[in-house]
Amino acid sequence: MKDDFLVFDHVTKRFGALTAVDDVSLTIKRGEFFSLLGPSGCGKTTLLRMLGGFEKPDSGRIYLEGKDITDLPPNQRRVHTVFQNYALFPTMTIWDNIAFSLKLAKRPKDEVEEKVDAILDMIQMSEHAWKYPNQLSGGQKQRVAIARALVDRPQVLLLDEPLAALDLKLRQHMLIELDTIHDQVGITFMYVTHDQGEAMSLSDRIAVINRGNVEQLDVPAKIYEAPASRFVASFIGDTNFFSGTIASVEGDYCTIQTEGGFPAISAYNDRNLAVGQKVDLSVRPEKIRVTINPPPPEKGAGINVFPSKVQDIVYQGVYTRYWLKSSGLRVAALKPHSRFLLDQEPITWNDDVFVWWHPDDGYMVEVK
Amino acid sequence: MSAPGRGRKAEWLVTMPSFAWLLVFFAAPSLIVLAFTFHGHTANGGVGEWSLSTWRELVDPDYPTIVWKTIRISFEVTVWSILLALPCAYAAARMTKRWRALVAGAIMLPFWTSFVVRVFAWKTMLHPDGWLQTCYHAWLHFKCWLYAWIPGVGVPAWAHGGTGDCLIGVAGCAIDAASTTMIDSELAVVLVSVYSFLPFAIMPMYTAAEKFDFSLLEAARDLGAKNFYAFRKIFIPGIWQGIVSAVLMVFIPAVGSYVIPQMLGGTECVLIGNKIFMRAIQNRNIPHASALAVLMAVSVLVPLAAAMWWKRRQTLRDRRRLEVRTAQLMTGGGEAQR
Repeated sequence: MKDDFLVFDHVTKRFGALTAVDDVSLTIKRGEFFSLLGPSGCGKTTLLRMLGGFEKPDSGRIYLEGKDITDLPPNQRRVHTVFQNYALFPTMTIWDNIAFSLKLAKRPKDEVEEKVDAILDMIQMSEHAWKYPNQLSGGQKQRVAIARALVDRPQVLLLDEPLAALDLKLRQHMLIELDTIHDQVGITFMYVTHDQGEAMSLSDRIAVINRGNVEQLDVPAKIYEAPASRFVASFIGDTNFFSGTIASVEGDYCTIQTEGGFPAISAYNDRNLAVGQKVDLSVRPEKIRVTINPPPPEKGAGINVFPSKVQDIVYQGVYTRYWLKSSGLRVAALKPHSRFLLDQEPITWNDDVFVWWHPDDGYMVEVK
Repeated sequence: MSAPGRGRKAEWLVTMPSFAWLLVFFAAPSLIVLAFTFHGHTANGGVGEWSLSTWRELVDPDYPTIVWKTIRISFEVTVWSILLALPCAYAAARMTKRWRALVAGAIMLPFWTSFVVRVFAWKTMLHPDGWLQTCYHAWLHFKCWLYAWIPGVGVPAWAHGGTGDCLIGVAGCAIDAASTTMIDSELAVVLVSVYSFLPFAIMPMYTAAEKFDFSLLEAARDLGAKNFYAFRKIFIPGIWQGIVSAVLMVFIPAVGSYVIPQMLGGTECVLIGNKIFMRAIQNRNIPHASALAVLMAVSVLVPLAAAMWWKRRQTLRDRRRLEVRTAQLMTGGGEAQR
């Protein structure tokens, strides 16, 4: 395990009575774009600060390239942070901000100039080199903060909610830019965010953190499609939960009798559950179809079809969200807009409709 | 502000009282003092006819020495105050809100007692039979012993209080007790001045430090800086405005101070403030005292103005250099000379 690039080995950190990080073990690969995703106060920033050297774990060790760095002060680890508020030095020019770490390392003047000019060119900020931080816009400050942390090629770059202070358009732009920078420099990025969209679009792997524990560590698609717990399923995107008991098992599939009196739901039994076990089933809204007429027979016999009543319709541009009532349960469904859907009968409030989905689109998240 | 005209009028009305106050109680008296210097004095302590006699009489050979000494001592007091206040301001700004209020209260507490009473208290503390004097003597003896003990090194004057005779030999070092008392010396004046002006140094620096973003120090350490380097390169420039006001807040009253040298300086430490007091109250020569005041003000203001002018020129020169550099960067890429 110590041979891996970056290892958190049973790390625990408490602040008074609060356990911020609870016995977390993580392994991060060289060159990876790794995200720590979780709600605020889940311990993700504490993990990052322990890697940066600003907090010391109460127990457990941190290894970087096989070296135990747990007790090293921040200035002795080649791990740099991009702070949420950028923390650019206001009394220095952009050029001097970026040159800070190189000058500290007493690099020759030629090398400092060459490297700073090169990275300014990379972030397309050469013309702003002699400005002061307060003369820059949010996005420009962000780029300078990244350049300052990258210029002496750290082993790991830590990003603490770096896009939180930017507006939506700029955030989307910076996402692409961050991705490009990561590809260019080939340094391991460790990214902390509470925004699942950011984590999904950037990361090679994501660790979903909740109350100081790693709930799931996987690639973005697996986290979305196969959430390991009820928490992960609800934190990453929207979902419908159906709690129930396994009523019967037929081959790879099973039927679940829900607690709200919902008719038996058919689902793929990937956990090999037996009759009588209690389970939470998650079905993403975009997997559920809503139509006035029942599904055509060629869609197959085994699919879930339930008559429902439309309660609410929210138009959201990219798609329309429907809230439906079905046997006392509330179901959310998404329907994209397209020219092809226009020939269908329009759905409006209080319509009697059918909701249907394929058994493979349900995912069993928790077994009790 | 609806219309610019009305806004300016309102602004003028708001500024008016303080402006009038400054005019009546600061600008006018200063001009009167200046005008007094161009008058003679009368035997009964009044101001005489217009004449240049006061300036002609201002040729006491002691004055340049006293002016220089005043500036030197004020400078020492300022340096010590800033050095002591800097860590105080840093520590206070990093405390929790409750502790901050307590510390600010403690710094302000001495102001609840009369300044003269506090200086008088120091007079008792520095008394030749007092414990501070005993400590000071022990320290001088220790230093003498130390220097005598190191072979081949003489005892420098500062190691035994400056004025006492020091004999190095088998007996080591003898200290003349009478000439190394703390009271009635320059040391006492500097010590008590630092004590008195320290709150004026801490407060502006603390105000600046409170606004300082301490995550910048974290960022500096993250990029490889040691604590002291981050303090020097990031914290001090960050609160520079506070330091400048602290310097002014200490230096200016130190130049004009006369209570402290009067009570603790004895004959060894007579400053310009004491001379002005002597001329105005004892000799009843108001024009002469006014001339001394003007002389002192000019000898402080002229170097200050020169320093400001130089700093401004430097800033402009820096800005021009940066503009040139940016232009070079834009045309010649990274090849430009820095």
